Amino acid sequence: MTKRVVRPVTSSWVGFRTLLYKEVLRFWKVAFQTVMAPVLTALLFLLIFSHVLDRHVTVYGDIGYTTFLVPGLVMMSLLQNAFANSSSSLIQSKITGNIIFVLLPPISYRQFYTAYVTASIIRGLCVGAGVLLVSLPFVEVPLAHPEWALAFAVLGGGMLGSMGVIAGIWAEKFDQLAAFQNFLIMPLTMLSGVFYSIHSLPQVWQDVSHANPFFFMIDGFRYGFFGQSDVSPWLSLAVVTAGFVMLAALTLAMLARGYKLRN
Amino acid sequence: MSAVPAIRIEAVCKSFGSLKALAGVSLEIGQGEFFGLLGPNGAGKTTLISALAGLARADSGLIEVMGHDVVADYRNARLQLGVVPQELVFDPFFSVRELLRIQSGYFGISANDDWIDEILASLDLLGKADANMRSLSGGMKRRVLVAQALVHRPPVIVLDEPTAGVDVELRQGLWQFIRKLNQDGHTILLTTHYLEEAEALCGRIAMLKAGRIVALDTTQALLEQFAAHDLRVRVARPEVARALGGTVQAGGWVSFGFDTYADVEPLLARVRAADSGIEEIQLGEPDLERVFLEVMRRD
Ligand SMILES: Nc1ncnc2c1ncn2[C@@H]1O[C@H](COP(=O)(O)OP(=O)(O)OP(=O)(O)O)[C@@H](O)[C@H]1O
Ligand SMILES: [Mg+2]
Repeated sequence: MTKRVVRPVTSSWVGFRTLLYKEVLRFWKVAFQTVMAPVLTALLFLLIFSHVLDRHVTVYGDIGYTTFLVPGLVMMSLLQNAFANSSSSLIQSKITGNIIFVLLPPISYRQFYTAYVTASIIRGLCVGAGVLLVSLPFVEVPLAHPEWALAFAVLGGGMLGSMGVIAGIWAEKFDQLAAFQNFLIMPLTMLSGVFYSIHSLPQVWQDVSHANPFFFMIDGFRYGFFGQSDVSPWLSLAVVTAGFVMLAALTLAMLARGYKLRN
Repeated sequence: MSAVPAIRIEAVCKSFGSLKALAGVSLEIGQGEFFGLLGPNGAGKTTLISALAGLARADSGLIEVMGHDVVADYRNARLQLGVVPQELVFDPFFSVRELLRIQSGYFGISANDDWIDEILASLDLLGKADANMRSLSGGMKRRVLVAQALVHRPPVIVLDEPTAGVDVELRQGLWQFIRKLNQDGHTILLTTHYLEEAEALCGRIAMLKAGRIVALDTTQALLEQFAAHDLRVRVARPEVARALGGTVQAGGWVSFGFDTYADVEPLLARVRAADSGIEEIQLGEPDLERVFLEVMRRD
């Protein structure tokens, strides 16, 4: 008796692809703030530190300090922006309420996770590449093993993208997100050896650094440039991969339960 | 009516801390129905819709959309469901058309421009298709919400107070559109605080109060079931008429409730006999507002 509604053809892959596209578009439309600004910040760091320290410090024997600094700055910017991408997108959507447009469609929690984290990695890579590019006129940086550098860039971006998803879901206000950033992400990054080789630290601090997963991301990343690092790149790869898998599992478990998103 | 109900809700409970927002709601809505869900503020209407749409999880009970469990088989359940949320939410990054394309994509549809144009035209939004969401008025944003709910041609459409803040003309247009969707085979579940609208549109109505269904019947039966007939007389001496059991209203009007039309003549005779000086008479139809108030008072 009732007419049947004609249903369009749907594909779950298109749903995922659209969410990823939207998340990339979201930062790309405001690339001035989301890509250019962090590149400029990193460039200022580079100019100031190199001016002050380059003549006084060398690392791994003969590598000038400015050269040593570049991969660290690239990775730091990459990590911070990967975190910022997923966390700020989620908290904005939650606060404005438009998160429901993503929650109503038949997008699985795995697709949701993968889309947000992939967009974070892409933003991180854009910023990282930008920092590398603008530092090239000032300093020559070798690229001994690009595949290692890329592997750590992607894994690091994925880890921070996951942390951003966790923080964005957990935080209910912007200041809670800022606390997450200031009391967890910033110290872990700053104390990871961005600005120094941990071999220049006293033994105690070297040991402490080894408890910081961010240290392995940056050390492994640096290996991709210099072919030298504080610890074996394989160890770093193992630690970072394990860290990423654990974070991904935690985030997926949160999403599967609908923690704070579907309650 | 088809075997599979459009919406099946069984013994659904949902608490927020100690507050029981839904205290065991059971409800079945057939395919093709135009169904009204009414209730005062805080009754649990939006909570029920959230559970139905997978935006919140019920503590217990079962919900199905077109036979698909909203938790276990959420993919199919959500494909069949379009929801217009109560809150006026929007994504300020995009234009109307971009938003509808993205929403289509979320539902797994890659080329949807023809249908998007059709929805935009029906909702009188073509002129705003390329405008940024931020630049739209409240009523326009509300219509975009309706458009977003329809991108995937869902057989079941849920509208949570779609006419709040929409002007009269647009409201008429919106109802015409939704009625057309219903005639085309879409099942409609509607919440509204405009009871005349519900009365005019809905074939069946459920009334919710404090998380419980307190009335559930066809609109016609609800209207007949309650003593909602109303005889109003304007009299010179209202106090005399009041003594006969009427309620005094402004402007010398006194209103009497009655159950069947057979009661009207004797009632009128008594008012005349009391010499209250009748100047004007109105016979009110049973209306949903009175039914609603009666039901809410009773339980
Ligand atoms: N996220 C939440 N946390 C705590 N309490 C909530 C939450 N959502 C709803 N409630 C409570 O649940 C009850 C039902 O709310 P609901 O929004 O479902 O009412 P409603 O019938 O839609 O009302 P209205 O007509 O005002 O839209 C209310 O008492 C409300 O305060
Ligand atoms: Mg509501």
